[in-house]
Amino acid sequence: MSDAQNTATADERIKSRSRLREAMIRPELGGMIGTAIVFTLFFLFAFDSGMFSSKGVLNWSQVSAQFMIIAVGACLLMIAGEFDLSVGSMIGFAGMMIAIFSVTLGWPVWMAIIVTFILCTALGAVNGFIVIRTGLPSFIVTLAFLFILRGFTIYFPQTIERKTIIGGISDAAEGDWLAGVFGGKVFQGFFVWLGDMGWIETFSRGSREGQPVVDGIPMLIVWAIILVIVGHILLTKTQFGNWIFAAGGDAEAARNSGVPVNRVKILMFMFTAFCATVFATCQVMEFGSAGADRGLLKEFEAIIAVVIGGALLTGGYGSVIGAALGALIFGVVQQGLFFAGVESSLFRVFLGLILLAAVILNTYVRRMITGER
Amino acid sequence: MTEDTKFHHGDPAPSEPIIRMTNIEKHFGSVIALAGVSVDVHPGECHCLLGDNGAGKSTFIKTMSGVHKPTAGEIFFEGQPMHFEDPRDAIAAGIATVHQHLAMIPLMSVSRNFFMGNEPVRKVLGMSFFDHDHANEVTMEEMRKMGINLRGPDQAVGTLSGGERQTVAIARAVHFGAKVLILDEPTSALGVRQTANVLATIDKVRKQGIGVVFITHNVRHAMAVGDRFTVLNRGQTLGTAMRGEISQEELQDLMAGGQELVKLEGSLAGTV
Repeated sequence: MSDAQNTATADERIKSRSRLREAMIRPELGGMIGTAIVFTLFFLFAFDSGMFSSKGVLNWSQVSAQFMIIAVGACLLMIAGEFDLSVGSMIGFAGMMIAIFSVTLGWPVWMAIIVTFILCTALGAVNGFIVIRTGLPSFIVTLAFLFILRGFTIYFPQTIERKTIIGGISDAAEGDWLAGVFGGKVFQGFFVWLGDMGWIETFSRGSREGQPVVDGIPMLIVWAIILVIVGHILLTKTQFGNWIFAAGGDAEAARNSGVPVNRVKILMFMFTAFCATVFATCQVMEFGSAGADRGLLKEFEAIIAVVIGGALLTGGYGSVIGAALGALIFGVVQQGLFFAGVESSLFRVFLGLILLAAVILNTYVRRMITGER
Repeated sequence: MTEDTKFHHGDPAPSEPIIRMTNIEKHFGSVIALAGVSVDVHPGECHCLLGDNGAGKSTFIKTMSGVHKPTAGEIFFEGQPMHFEDPRDAIAAGIATVHQHLAMIPLMSVSRNFFMGNEPVRKVLGMSFFDHDHANEVTMEEMRKMGINLRGPDQAVGTLSGGERQTVAIARAVHFGAKVLILDEPTSALGVRQTANVLATIDKVRKQGIGVVFITHNVRHAMAVGDRFTVLNRGQTLGTAMRGEISQEELQDLMAGGQELVKLEGSLAGTV
C-alpha cells in the first residue's frame, strides 16, 4: 500500500488510458498477433508449397483441431487454477480402452465409446478429488497419473493381445451410429458441389476422377469448433464461468463469497478428461487402431497452446478463443514447416521461442491489468 | 478477568438481537481456539470485536459466517436456533463477511467481483446466462453511491486501492441484503485517509439498520465507530462494554491482557 494515503486524490493521478492500451488488455492479444504473423509469413514464403490448396488447408486444420480439442479443456482447467499433466496419457488410455472393449471383448462400438467416456471422466474426477482433498499441487498429482495411465495403456494390450497396437476397429465400427459422430465427415454434398463448380481441386484421373480431393469436413474439426464455442460461452457468458475465474483467481476469496470452488475444480478436471477422450475417440476412429504410445507429450502441447492464447499459468485469467488461436498457430506452423520443406526439428526451436515470448507478454499484460509495477 | 467489576456485560440494546451466539467453543484437535465466547449483534449497531493476534477473533467470525461449525455453544439468528452447514447457508440467511485480504479477486473486473457467487442470470432458450448488462449497471450505480468513480464496470479490481476494494466488498454485501455484516480487520492494511473512508462507509451501513461486526486490533478505529466493544483474549470473552463506559486506554489494556502492556508502555513512554 505505498499510495495508501492518496485515495481521494488518486483519480487525477491516473492517466486516462488510450484506446490502444484498452484494446491490448485482453487475453487473446498474443494469440491474435501470433496468428496474424504466422499466416502472413506462410502466405509470403510458402504460398506455392501446397499448404493453401484445399488438401493443405484440411491438413493443417485437422492438426490444429486436434490441438484445439485438448486446449479447450486445458484452458478452462488452467483458468480454474489447476493443471492436468495426464492429458497425453489419458488420450492413449482412452483409445486403448475403446480398442479393448470393441475388438478384444467384442462389444458394439457405441457401447465401448460410452463406457470409455464414463471411465475417463471418472478418472478425471479422481484426479480432481485427490488434488482437492490433499491440497497438493495438481502438477504433481497429475504427473503421477501420467505414469499410471501410460503404464496401464501398455500393460493391458501386452497382457491380453501380446502387442502394443490393437487394430481392426474400422471393421468393428462399420455402420455404428456413434462411431460416425467421431470418425465421419460432414457436408460431403457441399464439397462435391464445390468440386463440380470447379472451386476446389478434384481428382483428374483414377477411379475417383471428378470427385473432390477433400470430400468433407472431418468430425474432428466439428468437435473442435463445438468445444471452442461451448467453452467460450461457458467461460464468459454464464454464472459457472464466473466461478471458474474466481476459483483460479483466488480460491479462498471465492469460497468466502459462496462459490463452490471444489466442485468447480473437480468438474474442470472431468472436462479436461472428457476433451482428451474426444481426441482419442476421433483418432482411433480415423486410424482404425489404438496404439500404446498415442498422445505422447500432448499435455505439454495443450498447455503451450493455452499459454500462447494468453492464459496465466497461475490461473484466474485466460480465454478459450485465445487457446484456440494458440492451437491454430501450433498446427499451422507444424504443418507449414513441413510443407515449406523446413527441417522439422526446427519446429521445436520455434515452439520454445514462441512459448517464451507468450509468457513474457502475458506477464506484461497482467501487470497492466492489476496495476502492479 | 479481574476487570469484570467495572467491565460488565453491556446493557441489552432496546431491540432484539439479529444474531446471538452463546458460549461458542471451537476445538481444532487438541488446540482450543475458542473456550466459550458469547456475542450478540443488534440491528443498526456497530459491535467491535477486539483482541490481539491469536485471541480467536478469526475463528469466532468464521464460526459466525458458517465456515467452521462450533464444537459447542448455540447460535440464534433472529431468535431461531441456527446451524450453518457451509458459508452459503450463512450468506443466504443474511450474514455477509468482508475479509481482510480475501475480499476481491484482483484479476477479475469490478462487476464480476461484485456478483461473484450471486451472479444474475437471464434465461435464453431455457438456458441460464450471466446477465452482464444488469450486473454492470448495478455495479456502477452502487459504486457511485459509495463515492467511487469507476472507469468502467470492466475495470479490474487490481487497479483499485485497498480502501476502495474494502468499500466495493462492503457495498456488495449490503446490496445482497446483508442483515449482519462482518468486517475482518478492514482497516489493518490501510493508510489514514483510506481508513477514514472505510469507517465512514461503516457508519453509512449502520444507519441502514444493518448490524455490523467490526473486527480490529486498533482501538482507535474501534472507538471511532463502535457502539459496543467486546474483547477477546485467549479464546475467551473478557466482557462487553457500551460506548462511553470504557476509555481507549482501558480497552487497550484489556486487549493485551493488562499487566504486560503496562510495563511495556512504561518503557515506550506511552506511544503504543
